[in-house]
Amino acid sequence: MYRWFHQLGSPPYFYRLARRLEPRLAIAALLLIAWGVYGGLVKAPPDYQQGEAFRIIYVHVPSAWLSLFVYTAMAVAGAVALVWRMKLAEVFVTAAAPLGAAFTFLALVTGSIWGKPMWGTWWVWDARLTSELILLFLYLGVIALNAAIEDRRSAARACALLALVGVINVPIVHYSVEWWNTLHQGPTITRFDRPAMAPEMLWPLLWCALGFNFLFFWLQLPRMRYELLQREARSRWVARELGSE
Amino acid sequence: MGGYAAYVWSSYGVSAGVLGLCVATTYIRLAWLKRQLRRRETELDDPK
Amino acid sequence: MSSMWAIVRRDLLLGLRQRGEILQHLFFFLLVIVLFPLGTRPEPAMLLAVGPALIWMAVLLSAMLSLQRLFRPELEDGSLEQCLLSPVPLPLVVLSKVTAHWLASGLIYILASPLIALLLGVPGPAIPVIMVALALGTPTLGLVGAIGVALTLGLPRAGLLLSLLIFPLFVPVLIFGAGAMNAAITGLEFRGPLLMLAAMLVLSVTLAPLATAAALRISLE
Repeated sequence: MYRWFHQLGSPPYFYRLARRLEPRLAIAALLLIAWGVYGGLVKAPPDYQQGEAFRIIYVHVPSAWLSLFVYTAMAVAGAVALVWRMKLAEVFVTAAAPLGAAFTFLALVTGSIWGKPMWGTWWVWDARLTSELILLFLYLGVIALNAAIEDRRSAARACALLALVGVINVPIVHYSVEWWNTLHQGPTITRFDRPAMAPEMLWPLLWCALGFNFLFFWLQLPRMRYELLQREARSRWVARELGSE
Repeated sequence: MGGYAAYVWSSYGVSAGVLGLCVATTYIRLAWLKRQLRRRETELDDPK
Repeated sequence: MSSMWAIVRRDLLLGLRQRGEILQHLFFFLLVIVLFPLGTRPEPAMLLAVGPALIWMAVLLSAMLSLQRLFRPELEDGSLEQCLLSPVPLPLVVLSKVTAHWLASGLIYILASPLIALLLGVPGPAIPVIMVALALGTPTLGLVGAIGVALTLGLPRAGLLLSLLIFPLFVPVLIFGAGAMNAAITGLEFRGPLLMLAAMLVLSVTLAPLATAAALRISLE
């Protein structure tokens, strides 16, 4: 186990492993998403309250789930990077931030497309939408910090620290926004959460969520490879790797 | 899809677009970087 | 402890020697609040409704501006690197510097707030709540902001980036701070949000100096 961990930490080993894993992850992600979307768009019956509009759930909920998952993963990797100075963990943080921002953006856009027929406006200051928006800004902060610092190594470490600070903040922000929302929001019917879903509606959602997860890891690998190549451009394994392709 | 078809399709369309963009930029950037590194290497190998 | 006190006293003396800067922050704070009614109709009911948000906006903006000076003089004269090497734990140094910074710049917002409350037509009994909310909220802003300052320390033109990094982190303080003021103005229970502000202050006093110290090491290594 320890040996495996140690091997994984070495960039050349990881680079080759990632190249082998990528196609498999891609196929798994595409199949799962295709199956989930088919189940959600075709097989699932329309919702008795929201009609066909509930089908947005199959892209909205996985994106929202991934937006939180990616941030948490970034913070965990950030902690590893700061404590053990592991190169791959540093690379993970900076590579994941744009992907996380993309998922957050999607959650916001699909949420607002859903809100239009349900609430009659594109945007309501709903607790969940608002904290998702703050989360987007947290991601943008990490991206901007990464872009501003020239040295790749210290940029990654700074981003790792910022992600850690942010992850402590996320639940506080969520709680405070919820408190604020109950004070100010009138009788908004949050139709997003309902007690139970029919299984033929729920299963496609789980497939889509899993597929999005695979999609994230699939895309994360080439992004990490990019960062590794950029950082270690002068080392011998890069030359070997580029020559062998 | 009743009256909601446009909303459903546009949300799936936006998702496909954004995620497709992520895939495309990821691989294009990687290919670009590799090309640059290779070129730098050949320049180092035989300086004219 | 004594070294902490020495840092606080040194920074305060330095800060007080630059009285002009403190006054400039005060004027900035007042100007933001004075300009707002000029952009709309100065109806008392409306001013009361937006007053707390306005006070916090002015505090956030001027805190952002004054925070940029937090470590910069020490970075320029090299004494910051001395701090990294000194036997005094870095988080303690950070804590004392932020304390001194707050005494020199945060305190004036609290002292000026009764005047602003009068300008906005806030009823008398709500004024102490405003001062307490500011007293509990502004140190948190300084402590959390210090992390962002430390992360952007070595960068040229860090101002805009700093605001992008720390404004999202300020959201809870804004919500509970303005929430307490709103509750006091409308005669509702205001102790809950004040307690939340106090809890956040305790949390940031314990954690933020550690994060700031780590950030300083990253920026300077």
